Amino acid sequence: MAKTLFEKVWDAHIVHKIDDSTEVLYIDRHLVHEVTSPQAFAGLEKRGIEVFRTQNTVATPDHNVPTKDQHLPIQEELSRLQVAKLKYNCEKFGVQMFGLGHPNHGIVHIIGPELGITQPGMTIVCGDSHTSTHGAFGAIAFGIGTSQVESVLATQCLLLSKPKTMKIQIDGKLGKGVLSKDIILYIISKISSSGGTGYFVEYCGSAIESLSMEARMTVCNMSIEMGARGGMIAPDQTTFDYIEGREHAPKGENWGKAVAYWKSLKTDEGAKFDEELYINAEEIGPMVTYGTNPGMGVRVDNHIPTLENIEGENNRITFKKSLEYMGFNPGDNMIGKKIDWIFIGSCTNGRIEDLRIFADYVKGKKKAAHVNDLIVPGSKQVENQARAEGLDKIIEEAGFKFREPGCSACLAMNEDKVPKEQYSISTSNRNFEGRQGPGARTILASPLTVAAAAVNGYITNVAEEI
Amino acid sequence: MEKFQTLVSTAVPLQVEDVDTDQIIPARFLKATTRDGFGENLFRDWRYNPDGSLKEDFVLNNSKFSGDILVGGKNFGSGSSREHAAWAIRDFPFKVVVSSFFADIFKGNALNNGLLPVQVSESFLSKIFSAIEADPKTELKVDLENQTITLVSTREAECFEISDYKKVCLLNGYDDIDFIISKKAEILEFEKNQVKF
Repeated sequence: MAKTLFEKVWDAHIVHKIDDSTEVLYIDRHLVHEVTSPQAFAGLEKRGIEVFRTQNTVATPDHNVPTKDQHLPIQEELSRLQVAKLKYNCEKFGVQMFGLGHPNHGIVHIIGPELGITQPGMTIVCGDSHTSTHGAFGAIAFGIGTSQVESVLATQCLLLSKPKTMKIQIDGKLGKGVLSKDIILYIISKISSSGGTGYFVEYCGSAIESLSMEARMTVCNMSIEMGARGGMIAPDQTTFDYIEGREHAPKGENWGKAVAYWKSLKTDEGAKFDEELYINAEEIGPMVTYGTNPGMGVRVDNHIPTLENIEGENNRITFKKSLEYMGFNPGDNMIGKKIDWIFIGSCTNGRIEDLRIFADYVKGKKKAAHVNDLIVPGSKQVENQARAEGLDKIIEEAGFKFREPGCSACLAMNEDKVPKEQYSISTSNRNFEGRQGPGARTILASPLTVAAAAVNGYITNVAEEI
Repeated sequence: MEKFQTLVSTAVPLQVEDVDTDQIIPARFLKATTRDGFGENLFRDWRYNPDGSLKEDFVLNNSKFSGDILVGGKNFGSGSSREHAAWAIRDFPFKVVVSSFFADIFKGNALNNGLLPVQVSESFLSKIFSAIEADPKTELKVDLENQTITLVSTREAECFEISDYKKVCLLNGYDDIDFIISKKAEILEFEKNQVKF
């Protein structure tokens, strides 16, 4: 029977079938961080059991770490204790951990791919919803809760119900100034922040195939923001070229065998999806969000919807509440909105290509005087690469500061917070109330749109600038 | 995990859609290394002013409303996978969350913590909200065995879905891990046959 990419990978990992809706699935790789793991390790202790497969598990502290002076002890007590707890647990249970300052340290979803841990056809989980990032390699990758972290530590398996499948096909050529972040923000604005709930998405089409691996990761990363459990892209030559030679990539004759298998990982002709969505790449422009969930986005040259555009009384209530929080009015233009903070980073846009895009734009220009900045590489490798390419110098000459790796202002668990009622234009993935600090107002955008706002001090249309 | 028993209770109406897990428990309160005490910061920024005083207009601070059931708007629990959201609601303590639509990860986390997510139709949700608005003493009956939720005063009821496996787990207080450990031989067999590169 013709199968989708998702079904091929899922079916290859079934250990036990309870009934038609519930299966025990084997997990190939488990990424662990400091925030969602301590209670899981405590659970193992309580049960008196070990980590079942330490070789399938890798840990790094990322959510809670400072982005400057990482060589010094962490100032904030609870953060310091949580990071120390991860180290304690990893040592106790024999799990490999890349701590602060280690050349492999970074955001879990950045280091998995860059170390070659993430490979096509795998099942990959982490106690973090943006695990969907790894789907860019043709892996089934999704976020889990702490009880499930404990389950994977204890058994390398999860008890799951199989999600439905959705195809999102984007064909055509992307316009000037349009990046993969704009693609995914556009999709979410079309189907809403809950439109993908219950589904696992496959992205395909010529516009997706034309993207680099890093750009594909940005798309898959935000699958969860439409409610989808994950998103995946069939592996191709771009994928193989990215993986080859990385630390954990298959080597020697195994490389050829792996590629031969990976080439079989695509949706068969005639395979059925539960839902299909087709998008013309030319519809997509540089995007910004205006509200308090990632579905509330518009093309930057468009305006915030008016109340008449919103269907249903409940949706209007949510829309009004959201705009009130953001300090915007229905029908407002987004171009020209003043910006107080910029954030470049996160598992969505904290890779080297994102820093190159930012540095390329700000080169020879100056940061707007009133703008505050948080420019945070996604990993130590990204940081070191940026320094090797001189991007740190370009960024600093333009008046910004280049920081050390971590999740930072994406969720503001560390000191990197946006103050109440200030506007932050951010390459991260969530514009929820208070996400970047209590009362902070977040506008999601691509690294290029953020770069332009950083220099101008307000939102502009980058498609007209370049 | 505590066994789930049929529940008759008043409910707290949170008539907001797209309640994301950052609202249920903001990231800055995720620094604990145990599962306890998260209820204190449930809906922190909606419930408290920055100085720690109560926001009087928030429903959890309104003494008219109480009970073991939280009723939320559509798309409840979206966003981050933090299980702390389920812990916070369970710790408050609520035993049931009712909505017309739940985000996937939240639903799974709730079920793994003895917090029952009850998904009802839009129209039944509106009825529940209206009934509680008219009379905060309105009781709901949640019967997991028969998979029904009933407005006690009018006897209007609706069925809700739950997988057979999860139902057995909740009714008996079982967790997934014990079950999977019992399948260890199959896991070892799977590993033996898996092609590795």
